[in-house]
Amino acid sequence: MSDMTMTASGDGAQEALTFHVIDDRHPENGTLLGFWLYLMSDCLVFACLFATYGVLGREYAGGPSAKEVLELPIVAVNTTLLLLSSITYGFAVLEMQVNRRGPMMAWLIVTWLLGAGFITLELTEFAHLVSIGAGPQRSAFLSSFFTLVGTHGLHVTCGLIWMIVLLVQVGKKGLTHANKRRLMCLSMFWHFLDVVWVGVFSFVYLMGVLS
Amino acid sequence: MTFQHPDLTKLLFGRLTLDAIPYHEPILIVTFIGVAIGAAAVLGLITYYRKWGYLWHEWFTSVDHKKIGIMYIVLALVMLLRGFADALMMRAQQAVAFGPHEGYLPAEHYDQIFTAHGTIMIFFVAMPFITGLINFVMPLQIGSRDVAFPFLNNFSYWMTVAGAILVMASLFIGSFARTGWLAYPPLSEIATSPDSGVDYWIWGLQIAGVGTTLSGINMIATIVKMRAPGMTMMKMPIFTWTALCANVLIVAAFPVLTATLALLTLDRYAGTHFFTNDLGGNYMMYVNLIWVWGHPEVYILVLPAFGVFSEVTSTFSRKRLFGYASMVYATVVITVLSYLVWLHHFFTMGSGASVNSFFGITTMIISIPTGAKIFNWMFTMYRGRIVFDVPMLWVVAFIVTFAIGGMTGVLLAVPPADFALHNSLFLIAHFHNVIIGGVLFGMFAGVNYWFPKAFGFRLDAFWGKVSFWFWVVGFYFAFMPLYLLGLMGVTRRLRHFDDPSLQIWFEIAAFGAVLILIGIAAMIVQIAVSIMRRDQLRDGSGDIWHGRTLEWSTSSPPPPYNFAFTPVVHDVDTWWQMKQHHWRRPVQGFLPIHMPKNTGTGVYLAVLSFIFGFAMVWYMWLLAAVSFVAVLAVGIHHTFNYNRDYYITADEVSRVEAARVGA
Repeated sequence: MSDMTMTASGDGAQEALTFHVIDDRHPENGTLLGFWLYLMSDCLVFACLFATYGVLGREYAGGPSAKEVLELPIVAVNTTLLLLSSITYGFAVLEMQVNRRGPMMAWLIVTWLLGAGFITLELTEFAHLVSIGAGPQRSAFLSSFFTLVGTHGLHVTCGLIWMIVLLVQVGKKGLTHANKRRLMCLSMFWHFLDVVWVGVFSFVYLMGVLS
Repeated sequence: MTFQHPDLTKLLFGRLTLDAIPYHEPILIVTFIGVAIGAAAVLGLITYYRKWGYLWHEWFTSVDHKKIGIMYIVLALVMLLRGFADALMMRAQQAVAFGPHEGYLPAEHYDQIFTAHGTIMIFFVAMPFITGLINFVMPLQIGSRDVAFPFLNNFSYWMTVAGAILVMASLFIGSFARTGWLAYPPLSEIATSPDSGVDYWIWGLQIAGVGTTLSGINMIATIVKMRAPGMTMMKMPIFTWTALCANVLIVAAFPVLTATLALLTLDRYAGTHFFTNDLGGNYMMYVNLIWVWGHPEVYILVLPAFGVFSEVTSTFSRKRLFGYASMVYATVVITVLSYLVWLHHFFTMGSGASVNSFFGITTMIISIPTGAKIFNWMFTMYRGRIVFDVPMLWVVAFIVTFAIGGMTGVLLAVPPADFALHNSLFLIAHFHNVIIGGVLFGMFAGVNYWFPKAFGFRLDAFWGKVSFWFWVVGFYFAFMPLYLLGLMGVTRRLRHFDDPSLQIWFEIAAFGAVLILIGIAAMIVQIAVSIMRRDQLRDGSGDIWHGRTLEWSTSSPPPPYNFAFTPVVHDVDTWWQMKQHHWRRPVQGFLPIHMPKNTGTGVYLAVLSFIFGFAMVWYMWLLAAVSFVAVLAVGIHHTFNYNRDYYITADEVSRVEAARVGA
């Protein structure tokens, strides 16, 4: 054996070190960390879409510009709905922590309705744009606009489906450990979408209409 | 309404017609017959020996990281055969297609082959290889029972398989992309590539990419949360460190690929204008985005290989790894720098002297931590008692080969030189030099090193050495001529040449490919011989190489629960220290062990995803919608299953531990 094999405890090969623990050690497997990592990977998808919008957002190709087609009042209502839904989700989590199933589910339903309102308004806006000939095929600006905003909308829709699933599961099984963990994951997802929307609102709508 | 109604046919079959079967291509027909006979033989044997139940319960639905790791490597080896068959065909074509001879491959077939070769080798050989090794080794090295999310691990694996099968399906139904492995627009846009080829490429990678991203998240959570008590970050085995960095890169890079593929998909399916020539599209946006993924991808592949070399070098030199801390820092620095070099793949874009200089310099800087690693390995060997077993041979071949590849890389990093060498065979020689000499040699070292851990017997050394020598010598014959040809100005992806003076170099390269073919054949023989002679090659100790890290402290193969008691770590070379302290394995006092249950959901989801991908390729909108809804439904249904775990009883643990011989 070479002299490079010294151990952390020097040459005390007889020194008593324990090398195993006798218990049913079960480390927390880190669902919340894993979900955070997923959110960050999703964040990078949005980063790419933002970057693409940044590069292509002024390529109108003779078609309408952001100032001509985007309407701030609708978006203001939309933004309010989504931000409110984050607050109501927060209330749901507070109820969850004190194990009050009924109020928790009630707040979750309010959240769902606000989210559904957001999606309805967004789809109305999209339908209007397509109807005036400003669909995603018109120019690179509109392609990147529809994709960025639509991807966010798709995430909100997934969140709404997830919320229904969790309502059913909490209804059936109650506020079990597993269900609480899931509610916390959806909570992170929902707030994350809020943060992304703040970016969309500022970067696409405000800068597009006001600049 | 009759069944001839065109709308109904279109609804059901989209643009898929009988013409999509390439029965006019003799090469493909022969391949198809070969694959069909091979598949029938394998399926027949499984049925004859009544192994379907065994495979399903013990392997396909398993959430055991060790079995999933082994399945990943099986996938990598199978796909290596396909990818290498493509390589042989290209070498043969280029060796004969001079002057009046057109060669045997029509252009449209040749273009599919080079695209498939690159795609398969990166996504379905190199990636499953490293994911498989990390899956098998890392949880054992950190003293864990499994990964953080065992079901997700199984799901990730099957999504990778689904992507691989989709790419393979393009051989016999329709065609594959003819765009090169990164499918640059505008060539990959619908106007210039209207057939199903690019769509196979998109959906194959997109589906496999889901698996890769989720697997990355899983491995990071595992390393961060599930290390044995006492194992601080700076006491993690170096392979685990490289696995951590590679998976951080996966999570930080693959979403970019996902987004880029999605944008190309929208261009092709929905008529948007991200990368088109008209209406404001900008195809250099695609090239930037794809390399923001693509360059980190290179390090995703090579970092775990570096980890393997570190483990093997220190084990077979009988010495502690030289410069552990510097090795860790070098790995982390490479991880960060790998995001700052993507533009060196297209210096010729015309971004100007300042931008090119920045990316040229960052690229050259990467060679510093890499060089530090090379010196660390050499100093580890210095004055060590080196045992030249097969894994160590691969390390030596790697150090020599990778140093050459690294130096040609620094050459390419000089923007003015790159303007001459861009897209030439010099580049091809360079990246094969680092990917074969770095990644593949590393994986072969790793397979030879950890095979006895996985199966309880070692691989036959004689055939391992035969394979080694044919691979290494074959590599030099196959790729050194390409450096020369590249310097002479020959560009990549050419099917035919006019200048007869070049032919001799292509013939030498083809000879090299034949040597590699023998190397691969020897590898298959090695596995077969080892299985037949497994009783002579058996290892009862669990520590066949006198290893230094925790995976060698358990039996070979390890029990499903890995460790009867959680290890406590005091040193980087934990197992070595345990041996120094004459640690005795406990033989009583076992407790029940909490384990995750197997599930078939991963397989179901992957099958449905495959159907969805296939339907999208062929515009079968109804099937696509149905399979997409089915994916969601099966996924949601899975969340209603709360009964996911079970206990291995203390009696069972005692029985398994008592059955273990040796140590």
